Amino acid sequence: MNFGELFWALQVLIGLGLLISAIAAVRFKNLVSAVIAMAVFSLILSLEFYVLQAPDVAIAEAGVGACLTTAMYLLAIKNTADEEVIG
Amino acid sequence: MTTTIIKTTTRILAPLILVFGAYIILHGHLTPGGGFQGGAVFASGLALLIVACEDRVVKRRFEKVPLSPLESIGALGFLGMALLGLMGYTFFKNVIANSGFIFGGRTPIGINPGFLNTGGTLAYMNIFVGMKVLAGLTSIVLIFFLLLGGKKDEW
Repeated sequence: MNFGELFWALQVLIGLGLLISAIAAVRFKNLVSAVIAMAVFSLILSLEFYVLQAPDVAIAEAGVGACLTTAMYLLAIKNTADEEVIG
Repeated sequence: MTTTIIKTTTRILAPLILVFGAYIILHGHLTPGGGFQGGAVFASGLALLIVACEDRVVKRRFEKVPLSPLESIGALGFLGMALLGLMGYTFFKNVIANSGFIFGGRTPIGINPGFLNTGGTLAYMNIFVGMKVLAGLTSIVLIFFLLLGGKKDEW
């Protein structure tokens, strides 16, 4: 397995992970679970930035996207109901 | 939100996150990341300390932390370091590099692993930008927690 095949396989795995976590963030009925799915999306996206040789952007994405946004969403959900209301 | 599992995890993880943020800020001129990235990592460690504790603990813990002066010092210090270049040169001129001051060591020629005592004005600017970013982001999360989150303690 040379480097090109490994790179291709990693790209496909990251794309699948991004797709699955994004769909999960939309489809979850429990809002806390949806926020955690968004944090997972952000973490996989930062891994993709690191693979594409932009470690600067990867650190910013992991710090802001996966930690601070999650904390603010959790604090906002804490003041409202944590179940999605339909209709 | 304030279970024993989360409290214990925070007690172990928060010092590591804070040290890593300080490392990214201080090594901003050598390794990937700089003032903004290190400040964001540092602020996420402080946000973990805010989110994982009760209301009164957070109030007591962050009562003495001067977040607003830190942010002002960050902006004014960045501008001051930029104005320091006006000593006979232009705006943003790196006057500290190779001068023998702190962070002003002589930069070796050729391939090397990078030395911390180089960089001149860049290291100071990274520190000031990191100070401003961590104070701003932490105050956003703190205001979210204190103004909106005082009502309900249970999930």
